[in-house]
Amino acid sequence: MFLRLVYESFRRQKRRKLLAGLAITLGVGTATAMIAVATDIGDKINRELRTYGANLVVTPQEDTLDLQIGGVDLKAPSDGAYLSEADLPKIRGTFWHHNIVGFAPMLPVNVSVGPGGKDVTLLGTYFSKQLSFGKDDFLTGVRITHPWWRVQGAWPDDNSQDVLLGAKLAAKLGNKPGDQIEIADQPHRISGTLSTGGAEDAQIVAPLSLAQQILGKPGAVRRLYVSAMTKPEDALARRDPKTMNPELFDRWYCSPYVQSIAFQLQEAIPHSHAEQIRQVAQNEGTVLARIKGLMLLVTLAALLASALAVSAAMATAIFERRQEVGLMKALGAGDLPVGALFFAEAALLALFGGVVGFAGGALLAQQIGRSIFGSRITIEPVLFPVILGIAVLVTFAGSALAIRRAVKFDPVYALRGEA
Amino acid sequence: MSSTPGLADRRAHVPHTSMFLRMLMRAAVLRRGRAASALLAMVVAAAVATAMLNLYVDVQAKLHKEFRNYGANVVVIAKDGQTLPADALQQVNSVLAGRGLAVPFAYVIARTDNGQSVVVSGTDFEQVRKLDNWWSVTAWPGNSQDALVGVRAAAVVSPESKPFNLSFQGRTIHLNAAGRLSTGAAEDSRVYISSGDFERWTGLQASTIEVAVSGLPDEVNSAVQRLAQALPAAEVRPVRQIMEGEARVLGKTRATLLAAAALIILTSALCVLSTLMGWVFDRRRDFAIMKALGASEGLIGGFFAAEAAALGAVGAIFGFGAGIGVAVWIGRVNFHAPVEPRFNVLPIVLLGSVAVALVSAAIPMSVLRRVQPATILRGE
Repeated sequence: MFLRLVYESFRRQKRRKLLAGLAITLGVGTATAMIAVATDIGDKINRELRTYGANLVVTPQEDTLDLQIGGVDLKAPSDGAYLSEADLPKIRGTFWHHNIVGFAPMLPVNVSVGPGGKDVTLLGTYFSKQLSFGKDDFLTGVRITHPWWRVQGAWPDDNSQDVLLGAKLAAKLGNKPGDQIEIADQPHRISGTLSTGGAEDAQIVAPLSLAQQILGKPGAVRRLYVSAMTKPEDALARRDPKTMNPELFDRWYCSPYVQSIAFQLQEAIPHSHAEQIRQVAQNEGTVLARIKGLMLLVTLAALLASALAVSAAMATAIFERRQEVGLMKALGAGDLPVGALFFAEAALLALFGGVVGFAGGALLAQQIGRSIFGSRITIEPVLFPVILGIAVLVTFAGSALAIRRAVKFDPVYALRGEA
Repeated sequence: MSSTPGLADRRAHVPHTSMFLRMLMRAAVLRRGRAASALLAMVVAAAVATAMLNLYVDVQAKLHKEFRNYGANVVVIAKDGQTLPADALQQVNSVLAGRGLAVPFAYVIARTDNGQSVVVSGTDFEQVRKLDNWWSVTAWPGNSQDALVGVRAAAVVSPESKPFNLSFQGRTIHLNAAGRLSTGAAEDSRVYISSGDFERWTGLQASTIEVAVSGLPDEVNSAVQRLAQALPAAEVRPVRQIMEGEARVLGKTRATLLAAAALIILTSALCVLSTLMGWVFDRRRDFAIMKALGASEGLIGGFFAAEAAALGAVGAIFGFGAGIGVAVWIGRVNFHAPVEPRFNVLPIVLLGSVAVALVSAAIPMSVLRRVQPATILRGE
């Protein structure tokens, strides 16, 4: 009888049930999409923050002082120590290699350009170099770590002898992409002109091997820029790892703090010193925390709005059925069975709306991820039972007051329609 | 409306209006519970919409402030190793007119007592502190001849923070290592002294001015142009790394916020729709009685529409107040600065609320119109 009542109620009141179900579906969909976006936004924005470029720099441990003014290196090339290029792929073997978006080695060399013998800095680096560590092949270079570099023409191949000419230098020398240029008495093809808004505009940027060849030091790297996704700094991050007990050290080591990634880079590359670039590293934490906090609060607002929408729809649906309640009570039904009937209906609606809403919300989150960030938004499977539970709970809470009022109402008045 | 307003006509007219108002009032008073719940739904929806729209408008300004912590977004550099004109800093400041921060830097390569080269920079410590707040400094220099020594430079010039001498073109300066500086970039290998000390020692002016222009990308670009006009002898260039990163992160954040706002507003509009529809549907007896007593469809429609519109407007105004409160609270919690109330959001919220209310009244009305009053009054 109970089951038949529930069944008939759904069969006969299709439109009303559909409206309540729609409200639940939309509410659950909104909640799912917002929770999925909010949990993933940190990762997404972290990736966007990599537009600011490298947040770590690795230098030789026993280096002499840099003499750098306005991005121009004035140190004699023979001075100081070098890192070994052969050690670079080992970065892929560090604990947090998934968080390392890319790295680019730098080797500045002073060269004379053209027949006039003008002194210019030539910067050797990777553009988009194919490297492998173990079975793992990957691409890295300035195109990943310095995304604001713009090239007119084409990027040179890392294994070629082609070069990029800084935009200002090209204007001064009157060279165009495709021209030949004499660098250290050797002709090289200019594949493109480079504009960075920095010192590189007046320099030549070339494949690393070319710079090493000119310097006569194969495998030499002056410094290495690493772009890594990090976790905002907290009290633990700032502590000196030497003063930690082993348990704390493990926790520190296994958190993607910029400090612990620097520590691991030092472990991976012999005789090196890794340092965070504070301008980038310190600020991204604040920006990330602000955006994450904002999305968290917005998600709370979304949850509130969905909960209200669901409970309002349920309350309306039940309020309209006072006469039915009156009839059931007049025929001798107790408060309990009547309440149970409504709760069963609410649970069915919530489960159905929850499932459909979750699927819709997940799709919506994917759509947001694709259209805004151009990447997938991962939805934790654990979210499904949580969302379903919340949906049932909110539906019950929304119905409870209305059910109580409907049950307490005098059947005589209800049947007369004097509500 | 009659062209000759006689007594009978006036009588018919005056109570007609007041009756209309009285019915509106009584409807709200007699069904307090339902009216209150409909109003509550309206207020909540309007509040959420207001808060979201306000945040969306204001988040750019709020995050811009965070992004200014990345330091200079424009640099003014003397061409080819010269120094800037003596009044360059005043010129930059007059162009900025308070909408930014300008810090001069002068550079030379000096020698230590044992012949090592080190870059020495003269600057304004008060301003650097504001511009580059990622600099990790043990103690800022306060006195004349106090120097801020980069961590890598410290190993060369003053290993135990002892006073040291630097010489440039035969002139020597005696400096105290007041504090250590760590940034992870080129600054670590430099020694910073105050502009005054630097000028007395080397006789050179600043060669670079780093500028943090506040405002939207358009304002920054126009500032770059005005700076280039004011200082033809110098090169003015935007720092692309900073500007592009900011534009990208900000754009994505706003887009996400907009998507979220649209979703939330849609959900709360649906909440209002279902509550209001229930409310109007519930009053089908009033509708039937009015119709049975001979009221025209237009009059009844106008009555319900006025009721819905009034509910929408009142809900929107209360909701706007509450929504501003929520936005201010979010601003304080998340950005540690209040979000400015944007009153230009009010008309949007007001119109939207009234429109939703009217739609939710229109749907049940069109259903009821088809039904005979007698059927409704019989309670079927």
